[in-house]
Amino acid sequence: MSKKPSKGGAPSLDMTPMVDLAFLLVTFFMLTASFRMAEPVTVDPPSSIGQVTLPDNHIMVTIDDKGRLFFGISNSTAKMAALRQMSDKYGVKFTEEQIKKFSGLPSIGVDLKDLPRYIDASENERTSFQPQKGIPNDTLKNPQLKDWISFAGKEAVMAYNAAKEQAEAAGSDFKAEKPRYAIKCDGKTKYILVKDAIKTFTDLKIYQFNLITSLEGGGTVTNPQP
Amino acid sequence: MAEIAEDGGGGHGKGGKKRAKKQSTKIDMTPMVDLAFLLLTFFVLTSTFSKPKSMELTFPAPPENIQDQPPIKNGITMLLTKDDRIFYYEGEFRAEADDKGPKTELKELTFSQGEGGLHKYLGEKNKWLHDQVKELDKKLEAKQMADTTYKRLVKQAKADKTTPTFLIKTDDKATYKNVIDLIDELNINIVGKYVVVDIMKSELDMINEKTGG
Repeated sequence: MSKKPSKGGAPSLDMTPMVDLAFLLVTFFMLTASFRMAEPVTVDPPSSIGQVTLPDNHIMVTIDDKGRLFFGISNSTAKMAALRQMSDKYGVKFTEEQIKKFSGLPSIGVDLKDLPRYIDASENERTSFQPQKGIPNDTLKNPQLKDWISFAGKEAVMAYNAAKEQAEAAGSDFKAEKPRYAIKCDGKTKYILVKDAIKTFTDLKIYQFNLITSLEGGGTVTNPQP
Repeated sequence: MAEIAEDGGGGHGKGGKKRAKKQSTKIDMTPMVDLAFLLLTFFVLTSTFSKPKSMELTFPAPPENIQDQPPIKNGITMLLTKDDRIFYYEGEFRAEADDKGPKTELKELTFSQGEGGLHKYLGEKNKWLHDQVKELDKKLEAKQMADTTYKRLVKQAKADKTTPTFLIKTDDKATYKNVIDLIDELNINIVGKYVVVDIMKSELDMINEKTGG
């Protein structure tokens, strides 16, 4: 594409501004995009008119249609600290490297004693990992979910406070939000299973949740029943 | 990636381009632009759909003493069960008729929009509050009211004693979708007070009688 005007030749066009714009947009989207690894389970949440976006700082329990529980924290510092505490309480040893690797994982749905093996597995192996039975939530004998939530909650609040103090000391603006508890659940799940999970939260005196839903098709009409 | 356009970038149908005598230093930007737009498309498509929406909900703290619970005025109890069915009754539950009123009878609603649907029922039950809030919305839009006043008045209207309180109860066969759909419908109809609570044994028996299981 020669810029030189030619008589009767192909008309030439200065592409520079377009390219500038294209690269500007590429840069913008690249910087704003947040990459997430594939979740261990796909859930299809019901739709609602809820407009509240999920806060960035959250602790999430995912429940699939069979009632398996998955647990995830968005804050990686709190995630590592929570794993350390879980490791102490249940006597499962983790290497520093495993703890670090764990902080990059999305939600997990395995028993703590299987977790080291799960962390070491490759991304492809994780999807078919056995046994992926969900996090045990036996209130009396094996309250792992409760401990995860309680440790992660405390750590996330601590991380939030630390960040806040640091920002205040530096005199800069502080924009982070307090951690919120989110529940993501498949539409077909029996509500009684969700109730058990919510009971775990209310036992820890956590009463406010963000229930994750997909966006309604538009308008204020609810889905007609088939 | 870039090549010096010495022979017209190739592929130009009309050959024999007029060239300057000096060697051109122009770079063919097409491949770079192609790449830029490819990346742009990729990032646009991957980033927009990533933020999930959510619905904020507060669950009641378990009462320390069951006896201390104040009775709910204007209560409407919604019972969710299998096959997306909804039963409801108004007021207090009575297993048998007594001097305060007759025995509780369950009525049925559907999730549909038409006659006998949840939407219509809620529209009637919550008309007062709905109209109040709409009125306030109009005033806010016409800038006759400050944001803070609007919020305060909406809160006040929602807490009004005459508006019904909805109790959502589920049996062990209702799905999560039913609960969310019901709460969503309550939100659409601007219901101010609703809560998800445990079902009572007597209510469960009554549902089982209706659904035959």
